[in-house]
Amino acid sequence: MFDLFARVFGREDASKEVAKERLRLVLFHDRASLSPQMLENLKNDLVKVISQYLDIDDEGFKVDFSRHDDSMAIVANIPIKKKAGRSL
Amino acid sequence: MGEAIVITSGKGGVGKTTTTANIGAGLAQAGKKVALIDADIGLRNLDVVMGLENRIVYDLVDVVEGQAKLKVALIKDKRFNENLFLLPAAQTRDKTAVSPAQMRDLVDSMKGEFDFVLIDCPAGIEQGFKNAVAGSDRAVVVATPEVSSVRDADRIIGLLEAEEKHNPSLIVNRIRPSMVKKGDMMDINDMIEILAIDLLGVVPDDEFIVVSTNRGEPAVLNTQSRAGEAYRNIARRLLGENIPVMKLEEENGGIFGRLKKMLGAKG
Ligand SMILES: Nc1ncnc2c1ncn2[C@@H]1O[C@H](COP(=O)(O)OP(=O)(O)O)[C@@H](O)[C@H]1O
Ligand SMILES: [Mg+2]
Repeated sequence: MFDLFARVFGREDASKEVAKERLRLVLFHDRASLSPQMLENLKNDLVKVISQYLDIDDEGFKVDFSRHDDSMAIVANIPIKKKAGRSL
Repeated sequence: MGEAIVITSGKGGVGKTTTTANIGAGLAQAGKKVALIDADIGLRNLDVVMGLENRIVYDLVDVVEGQAKLKVALIKDKRFNENLFLLPAAQTRDKTAVSPAQMRDLVDSMKGEFDFVLIDCPAGIEQGFKNAVAGSDRAVVVATPEVSSVRDADRIIGLLEAEEKHNPSLIVNRIRPSMVKKGDMMDINDMIEILAIDLLGVVPDDEFIVVSTNRGEPAVLNTQSRAGEAYRNIARRLLGENIPVMKLEEENGGIFGRLKKMLGAKG
């Protein structure tokens, strides 16, 4: 029964989830040939530029690399803060 | 005109040589004319995995340097009629003994005579890799479901792209269904998702591979071996057949799996 449970809901402590998360980060740096420091700089610069136009939530800011067949893409997820009294 | 396929991985010990031997034997069983090139100069292994080590006279470097004709250097595997041949690596030289251009010429000339030329790539990303990849039309990347292997495979996929070798395909080797079930091993979908390449096949972890390597008999020759069956399927896919990836149950598959096995049902 526990087994079924684990399979349906995905055990979070399953070691393969740890492996996948670690790989995600490692490959992120490998693919971009970007050191963690450079990445941090890139993120900060992005925040700086975009903040000139929008009020963004730099807590939830996420940058990712993804590979689609032959090409690489940089994917940034930038949550915009809700302005008081206005919905976006 | 034949097709040249390089079997590569980045990381050592993940099953390139085993895969080259078994796909080659599988294609030869299917009636194709196949040549295997051991490009792992200095660490020759394909000969022992194939059980042909006692028949080596000349090697890859001798052929490239013109000291032996290709026809003379090729070792015929008598178990496969006139269908399977091996060009062994030199054992006392190193990767710099041949150049990518020389490899390209050699492989091109062999494609005139064989339906398939399979190239067993050494581990690493240096010249040995560049040599092995140079003459290939397509690449097969072997990876095991482990962090280090997947990472190296990812790097190799990037380097293949840089060498203008597009659309590599993936063989996941040494899958252990019981561990996958427990969530302690990445499954096929995890691997495809991370590496973002097409799947060519899945080979279970199989003790019989050790037995077959002990004997120098490719696993495809054994009808009981699950890995052998997986490799036969891969060979048929390379021939354009549409064969679904085999369902991997737990090693013994419980009483049901054993029963199915006894009845000779296809996994
Ligand atoms: N599917 C498998 N099941 C069990 N053992 C395997 C399997 N594939 C490879 N091996 C074993 O792993 C080791 C490394 O394989 P090998 O083909 O020499 O790797 P590589 O050429 O990539 O260095 C060998 O001892 C081989 O017998
Ligand atoms: Mg090898």
